[in-house]
Amino acid sequence: MTAYTATVTVRLKHGVLDPEAETTKRALERLGFDLEALRSADRFEVDLEADSADDARERADEMAERLLANPTIHDYDVEVAER
Amino acid sequence: MTVAIIRFGGSNCDRDAERALEHLDIDADIVWHEDGLPEDTTGIVLPGGFSYGDYLRGGAMAARSPIMAEVREAAADGVPVLGICNGAQVGCESDLTEGAFTTNESARFQCEHVYLRVERDDTPWTAAYDEGEVIEVPIAHGEGRYEISDDRLAELEDDDRVLFRYCDENGETSPEANPNGSKHDIAGILGDRDTVAVLMPHPERVTLPDVGSTDGQGVLRGFKSA
Repeated sequence: MTAYTATVTVRLKHGVLDPEAETTKRALERLGFDLEALRSADRFEVDLEADSADDARERADEMAERLLANPTIHDYDVEVAER
Repeated sequence: MTVAIIRFGGSNCDRDAERALEHLDIDADIVWHEDGLPEDTTGIVLPGGFSYGDYLRGGAMAARSPIMAEVREAAADGVPVLGICNGAQVGCESDLTEGAFTTNESARFQCEHVYLRVERDDTPWTAAYDEGEVIEVPIAHGEGRYEISDDRLAELEDDDRVLFRYCDENGETSPEANPNGSKHDIAGILGDRDTVAVLMPHPERVTLPDVGSTDGQGVLRGFKSA
C-alpha cells in the first residue's frame, strides 16, 4: 500500500450560472483590478492508502460521483500524487 | 394514517409542517432521521431548514443519510412524498426528482412572498386548485434556482412534470416575477410518480388562518387524496 493524496476539483459545468463568482468578480473590480472573467471551484484533498495510483484515482472518482459533485450542474477532475 | 416529517440535524420547518398538517386533520409525527421510517408511515414530508448546515450543497448530506433509502423505497411503493425548500433540495439530491436547486441568481438569501401558477390540477398536491390558478406563497432560500440540462428540461416539460411556476399576480411569467433565476420559472416539480413532489416555496407557512393566508392548504391536503 502506498500513501496518496487525491485532489478532486469540482466545477460548475460550462454554461451554468455562477452568481458567487459574478459577485466576487464585481468586488475585485471595485478594488481596482482589471479582469475578464472569474470562475470558482471546490477542491477536495483526500488522503488515502491504495495499491496503485490507478486504484486511488478510481476511489476518488467514485467519491466525486456519489457525493462531492452533483452531475446535474458539475464537472470534476481527479489528480493523484504520492504523499 | 400518519405522515412522517423527517427531522435532520438543522431542519427547522418540521414543527411548522406538523402544525399545518394537524390543522388540516392530517395525523403527522416528527421522526428523527436516525430512528428510521415508522412502519405505519402513509406519507412523508422532507421539511425546510438547513440540514447539515448546507455543507457541500443544500440537501447533499441529508440525501445520503440511511433513511433516504427507505424514503426512496416508500416513494416507489406509492407513498406520497412532499419536499419543501431544503426538502426539495434533498429530493433532487437523492434522485426522487430531476435537476438541482442551486445558488440564487442574486447570490443572496431571499425571504419574500411570491406568486405561483398551478400548472396541473390533476395531482394530489394541486387537486384543490384549478390549472392556471395563482396562489401566493412565501419563499426563504439562498439556493433555489432550478437548474437542469436542456435535454432533461425538455423531457420534464414533455412529461408534464412541472407543478408550479413563478409568475406575477395575473399568472404571467417574466424575469421580474422569477425571484431566483430558475430555468423556465420552475418552482416545483413532480417525480416519476405524481405522488412525489418538491417545491422551494413554503405552503406550510400559509396554511394556518392566523398567519393571514391559507393559499398553501391545498398542497398539504395532497396527503389526504394521494
